[in-house]
Amino acid sequence: MPIILDKVSHIYGEDTAMAVRALDNISLVIPDGQFIGLIGHTGSGKSTLVQHLNGLMKATSGNIYFNGEDIDAEDFDKKKLRSKVGLVFQYPEHQLFETDVFADVCFGPKNLGLSKKEIELRAYEALKLVGLEDDYFYQSPFDLSGGQKRRVAIAGVLAMKPEVLILDEPTAGLDPKGRDEILDQISKLKRETGITVLLVSHSMDDVAKYVDRIIVMNKGSVMYDDVPKEVFRHYQELEEIGLAAPQVTYIMKDLRDRGYSVSDEITTIEEAREEIKSYFTRLVAVRKER
Amino acid sequence: MLRDITLGQYYQADSVIHRLDPRVKLGTTILFIISLFVFDGFWGYLVAALFLAVVIKLSKVPFKFMVRGMKSIVFLLSITVIFNLFLTPGEPIVHIWKLTITQEGLKLAILLSIRLGFLIIGSSVMTLTTTPNQLTDGLEKMLRPLNKMKVPVHEIAMMMSIALRFIPILMEETDKIMKAQLARCADFDSGNLIKKAKSLVPLLVPLFISAFRRANDLAMAMEARCYRGGDHRTKMKPLHYEKRDYIAYMIVIVYLVGGIAAGKLMPVLLGSMIL
Amino acid sequence: MGIIKVKDLVYEYIRRDEEGNVEGITTAVDDVSLNINQGDFVAILGHNGSGKSTLAKHLNAILYPTEGTVWVDGKDTKDDEAVWDIRQTAGMVFQNPDNQIIGQIVEEDVGFGPENMGVPTKEIWERVEESLKAVGMYQFRKFSPNKLSGGQKQRVSIAGVIAMHPKCIVLDEPTAMLDPKGRKEVIRAVRALNDVEHITVILITHYMEEVIYADKVYVMDKGQITLQGTPREVFSEVERLKELRLDVPQVTLLAHELKKEGFPMPKGVLTNQEFVEAFARCIGEVG
Repeated sequence: MPIILDKVSHIYGEDTAMAVRALDNISLVIPDGQFIGLIGHTGSGKSTLVQHLNGLMKATSGNIYFNGEDIDAEDFDKKKLRSKVGLVFQYPEHQLFETDVFADVCFGPKNLGLSKKEIELRAYEALKLVGLEDDYFYQSPFDLSGGQKRRVAIAGVLAMKPEVLILDEPTAGLDPKGRDEILDQISKLKRETGITVLLVSHSMDDVAKYVDRIIVMNKGSVMYDDVPKEVFRHYQELEEIGLAAPQVTYIMKDLRDRGYSVSDEITTIEEAREEIKSYFTRLVAVRKER
Repeated sequence: MLRDITLGQYYQADSVIHRLDPRVKLGTTILFIISLFVFDGFWGYLVAALFLAVVIKLSKVPFKFMVRGMKSIVFLLSITVIFNLFLTPGEPIVHIWKLTITQEGLKLAILLSIRLGFLIIGSSVMTLTTTPNQLTDGLEKMLRPLNKMKVPVHEIAMMMSIALRFIPILMEETDKIMKAQLARCADFDSGNLIKKAKSLVPLLVPLFISAFRRANDLAMAMEARCYRGGDHRTKMKPLHYEKRDYIAYMIVIVYLVGGIAAGKLMPVLLGSMIL
Repeated sequence: MGIIKVKDLVYEYIRRDEEGNVEGITTAVDDVSLNINQGDFVAILGHNGSGKSTLAKHLNAILYPTEGTVWVDGKDTKDDEAVWDIRQTAGMVFQNPDNQIIGQIVEEDVGFGPENMGVPTKEIWERVEESLKAVGMYQFRKFSPNKLSGGQKQRVSIAGVIAMHPKCIVLDEPTAMLDPKGRKEVIRAVRALNDVEHITVILITHYMEEVIYADKVYVMDKGQITLQGTPREVFSEVERLKELRLDVPQVTLLAHELKKEGFPMPKGVLTNQEFVEAFARCIGEVG
């Protein structure tokens, strides 16, 4: 189900001297099945934006449509919206409260008033989707490692069977391997279920590898909204707003500055390796001709 | 929301009131509160109102800012007033349905709302112009004599100041956890009382865990910075009275005497003039 | 002897179940020895749960060795008399910026350490001023910590430690909860302390970009030091680091990948500049 934002603005503390415009006239379409990266530095409005998508915050002006229906309409079922647009907050392990992992994951589907069988089935599936082994199911969530806790928390949202999954900084505080594992798992989940994923991050390196669209936010507005290659082309502008393109993008730029005609559309290490290999092949071919 | 409460908040400004020793402000506030119960009659409260107005003016805190903080207390205030209005026995004035407003009730309700209103404004002037740290410092020093009675004055003051520092952090945390559970379709609003209480478990458990973790971290950080209780400690901002503090004490005494005198004398004076 | 010397350190703790019965013993630090010289910038790397934070807490006498000895500036941390001297000599900055700021105004927080040490009032003010200036937070001295960004809060915490005039500062994952901008701010402040004030820095982290400037890097796994050397030496071991749940900067990784493909790239390329130089040499060899 697509989400459509039509000229959405949000102002904190409206009618006071300290009013802050957190979202400024945002229009976006989030179609089914996309893998989107939402990027911006702290305070750019990205967290505010995602809380609008599942109705936790209400737009000051403008409209948001889920599956063609206005989510701020009187008779719109907010609970159903939240089950369809699953939002995983930053440090989601802070929301765990049950005595065992399985019971915690059941919390979401239980709130939807499903049958016991359905609740447990969904919890089981969700835990499988995040790659948690069965051994942990009946342990206290507080005894797990940081990465495992986070998986449980993500499963807690997945168990509601959302059609859109929004993750706010899912890798914050994890070590490099833990970060890669979570991102790989999300990417796998995306492939297997076809769910729409919106990944909120301030790390370009993480996002570039996985997503097929990047939305860059700055001061409450959308600054860029395009495929990664096109967005990273503006690395100078990105730097000005406290973001940066992946390090490989800079390496390739440095090579070009030195007169080597490598491509300027590189955003991942794999691409860079292939490009350099092909550059050498081209070079050798040219030299042989001579 | 909870964070609209300005009581207990500090308003940064450069004024005489801000510069006063916190002990003076604490003492004055206590005397002011006492005065509200000692004064009687219109004239006494007029003096109190004038005194309060002058202090607010001097404090450079916008009156609007103060009143906004009172919004959340208005509800409490109105309940007390309504109770007194309807439930005080005496000479009836008006009958509304089964309720009766009596002359005594009306008088009591007006008196009470003035007292409570002034009390809240008066104490918020103190908290708005004194940083919580100064306040705890002031308390610590004022209560120092209790140390001899084995009351851990320093520890109490330190606990208060830490609590004040963490209140906004824990409020924000509550908000976050609440939203995270709402995103899992939690329902905090509907159902009867028992169901509502139960629905708070997913909020309270994570909140307590987080509070304990923070307490643990903080204790470690304090130890790492050589904290070992109140002995051997020096102060970055030691308290000592200045000339203005003595003047302030004198003004308060004048105010107290003036207020009592006004309450007693003005009616007599006016009465004699009319006669 | 260096400012910090650790010999055969073992730290064990007993795990208990809910009823308090002993479930087992975990060895968090397992036979670690190291020697850190005054003025060094040392980085300790390791994945979550590798024992690096436990080790760090020994350097400030927050934890005491089960076996072995830790000396800070020549003093044994097990010596009760020396605890306060040690904590003043080796200051500590923790991970969560919110949970280590005690004061409600920036300057009051920075003054907390000196107050505890019994420094005279006038000198506290001097120390607070110089410390806040050293981390570039002087203009925020009257602010409430709640109004600051994560990176700014961590800089205040660092100032709070410097105000105690330590010889050494231990930072336990100071950037783990920060955004990229905050991370840069903090690392810049830490490097300045080392370069300008010559304070010994021990930085515990799992962000690889942050250790490039270190004089020496220790990598921990399962409570032991498994790799050590200069950043270049450590980053040459790309495969080994990956096994240890760590990674290397993208530029190092790219050079490594190319080397695997048969390009004559050197080991342990740390910066873009180095990469471009190495690339130029490759081209030279082809032609």
